[in-house]
Amino acid sequence: MTYEKPVPAIDAESEPYWSGAREGRLMIQRCGRTGRCFLYSRRLAPGADETDIQWIEATGAGTVYSFTVCHAPAGPAFRDETPYVVACVTLDEGARIVSNLETGDIEAVHIGQRVKVFFDKVSEELTIPKFRPAG
Amino acid sequence: MSRRPVVVGVADAPTHDRGRALPGATVLSIQRDAAHEALAQAGLTIRDVDGLAVAGMWGMPGPGAMQPVLLTEYLGLEWPRYLDGTNVGGAAFVLHAGRAAEAIRAGQAETVLIVYGSLQKSQAARALGGRPAMFSNQWDIPAGLPLPAGAYAMAAHRHAHVYGSTRETLAEIAVATRAWAALNPAAAFRDPMTVDDVLGARTIASPLGRYDCCLVTDGGGAVVMTTEERARDLRMPPIHVLGHGASASHTSIAHMPDMAKLEVAEHSSRAAYAMAGRGPARMDLAMLYDSFTITVLMTLEALGLCGYGEGKDFVKGGRTGPGGSFPVNTNGGGLSYCHPGMYGLFTIIEASRQLWGIAGERQVEDVRTAVCHGTGGVLSSGATLILSTEKD
Repeated sequence: MTYEKPVPAIDAESEPYWSGAREGRLMIQRCGRTGRCFLYSRRLAPGADETDIQWIEATGAGTVYSFTVCHAPAGPAFRDETPYVVACVTLDEGARIVSNLETGDIEAVHIGQRVKVFFDKVSEELTIPKFRPAG
Repeated sequence: MSRRPVVVGVADAPTHDRGRALPGATVLSIQRDAAHEALAQAGLTIRDVDGLAVAGMWGMPGPGAMQPVLLTEYLGLEWPRYLDGTNVGGAAFVLHAGRAAEAIRAGQAETVLIVYGSLQKSQAARALGGRPAMFSNQWDIPAGLPLPAGAYAMAAHRHAHVYGSTRETLAEIAVATRAWAALNPAAAFRDPMTVDDVLGARTIASPLGRYDCCLVTDGGGAVVMTTEERARDLRMPPIHVLGHGASASHTSIAHMPDMAKLEVAEHSSRAAYAMAGRGPARMDLAMLYDSFTITVLMTLEALGLCGYGEGKDFVKGGRTGPGGSFPVNTNGGGLSYCHPGMYGLFTIIEASRQLWGIAGERQVEDVRTAVCHGTGGVLSSGATLILSTEKD
């Protein structure tokens, strides 16, 4: 079965993130000078024009910074999934990431909720890091 | 000779059938018609225009990548010496007006036409969810975040968490805006609406429901600017551009620095107020981009019309509606009047009409200074303009 949803247009700057995901690793970047961790992946530390940056593996633990429960789907490929949760998660390392929060209890989703990454292999080529409530 | 920049003509394209362009219109003819009407209001013709500013989503991919050039050709402008095609989303035209003011002041243009058109409703061209998942959108779009609504919804949740705003707060904004629309014959949606109607409507992306979201309409508009000196010979009294400012922050909502504060508007308005030499307390009217109800709430706070966290009390009890103590979005806004995709120009059109005192049934008494603010993307960019009947 083919994967119908939009796929990321992976480029040279984001490739380490997505290849990490295929290996079950959540890869983020860290500024070598300030130690600040960030996404989205790029060849500089934003705001610092600092090119001394490293890829590190995040623990995958984080906190919901904000979220929305989508009742109107983002296009036909998501129609069968409503309502579904998209969350903005602050990883414990400090970087922010937007992904799905999969939960059996949508009503309980809240800002400040602790979540943990899991790796959803949606096709042979693509694995998307998503989140579930922690614990 | 005074080269102070002034607004001398405005127009919005007529629509029918809840926001459809009139039969036979094209995305170019709707702009020509609005331009013609705005120039006629001023007592000018297309021959007087030597500067052009335009932004839109039309003609892309293709010649729309160079809209100022294509529109020069279509309108038959002769050697325009000032061109601006800056596209920062719906804030674009407010930014254009600020840039045009400086070009006019510097003698780089005498008469600037700012113009916009869209047939997104009749052409069903608004492809929500069809945006490419590239650059910083490699994360949110594959997750199915509906754009732009889902991003604004996240900001609304964050604002509620930090400042205690509620769905009722947002509903108050939708209701006040609809009450203004009821007084505007050009508004697409004029039926009365209550807070309960807003709360009872279907959810789009929590906490935002159907009536927290702007309309999807066709539309077009034009604004004509020139010098105070030139305006002496024209029909409308000059409206002075006292100040302007613009800024930007992010493309994906994940990278909005603080999701509860519209800092981009704080920065653009701070520059505009400083230039105008008058701050938020001197504003008699606010025309604020209302892509969503939350946009208005966050913009009121960021523009200093109230403090951060005070927006929920500021809008309570219809204070921003007809008869309220502080008029906001008197044309009925993007929520009830029209929203062709990039709404910013309409903030200037309505503010000008209010300042001229020609807003009909919805005219607010004694409006001398107005603040216009445009927001683009997903709370991504901001442009502020201070307009006044007074020159300083």
